[in-house]
Amino acid sequence: MTFSPVVHVWSAIMFVAALAVIGEVMIASGMRQLGDLDDIRESRGLGGAIAAVLTNARFVIGALCMALNFFSMLFALSIANLSLAGPAIAALTYVGNAVAAKFFLRERVDRRRWLATMCVVVGVILLAR
Amino acid sequence: MKHVLKPSQYAILVAIMLSASVGDSFLKRGMDQVGAVNVHHLGLLWHALFNPYVDIGIVLLIGFFATYTTALSWADLTFVMPATAFGYVVIALMGRFWLHEQLSLSRWMGILLIVGAVGFVAGGPSRTEHPELDQMDAGAGR
Repeated sequence: MTFSPVVHVWSAIMFVAALAVIGEVMIASGMRQLGDLDDIRESRGLGGAIAAVLTNARFVIGALCMALNFFSMLFALSIANLSLAGPAIAALTYVGNAVAAKFFLRERVDRRRWLATMCVVVGVILLAR
Repeated sequence: MKHVLKPSQYAILVAIMLSASVGDSFLKRGMDQVGAVNVHHLGLLWHALFNPYVDIGIVLLIGFFATYTTALSWADLTFVMPATAFGYVVIALMGRFWLHEQLSLSRWMGILLIVGAVGFVAGGPSRTEHPELDQMDAGAGR
């Protein structure tokens, strides 16, 4: 079975954006689990704060996803134009982050934050033109 | 409870806005000096590590990741997101005022929208309170 180039390009773009969303949500979840890093640094020092972050499983999974995201981005850029892939990945990542933050991180994404997300998405697309 | 950010936390958000975009600009300048890297010239990547612009770029991007991670420890992901997008504005403004590039009307509109987005979220609370979840997480995470 062969896919058209358009399907191929958009599959790559969706995959890169999905990895970014998973990575950022896992890192945000890990940081929420740890609590304010300034407080940890005050009680355990800078080394203790760095150790707390690097031994947090959610953070490590998130960082791995972001590393994978970086390499899959290189692949996506090898088959798609930067002018399409750049803003498309950024816009999908911002919308995906807002949806994932609402349902997985249970953040209160009110009208103000949805409006901000939409402004960012349209703004990024306009800047990339 | 509405979270009020401390001056040091605002400084972290400004660092997020500046570090990634300025870091990318340094990397771009360094890689222009190093030359195009392809599968036949992968050794250039090692050579790139000795370029001062590339080194400054890497340090700034590490700084971005550290400040971004720190911000997520006291603010929501949807609160920090517009700050990361502000990097696009910094790059466009650097192009306009440092490299003297012309910005089209659509790019000025894009800048305005992202600045507006930062303003929208900055006026609201920085973090959603989940006492029961935070308590469970504190037990599991520390």
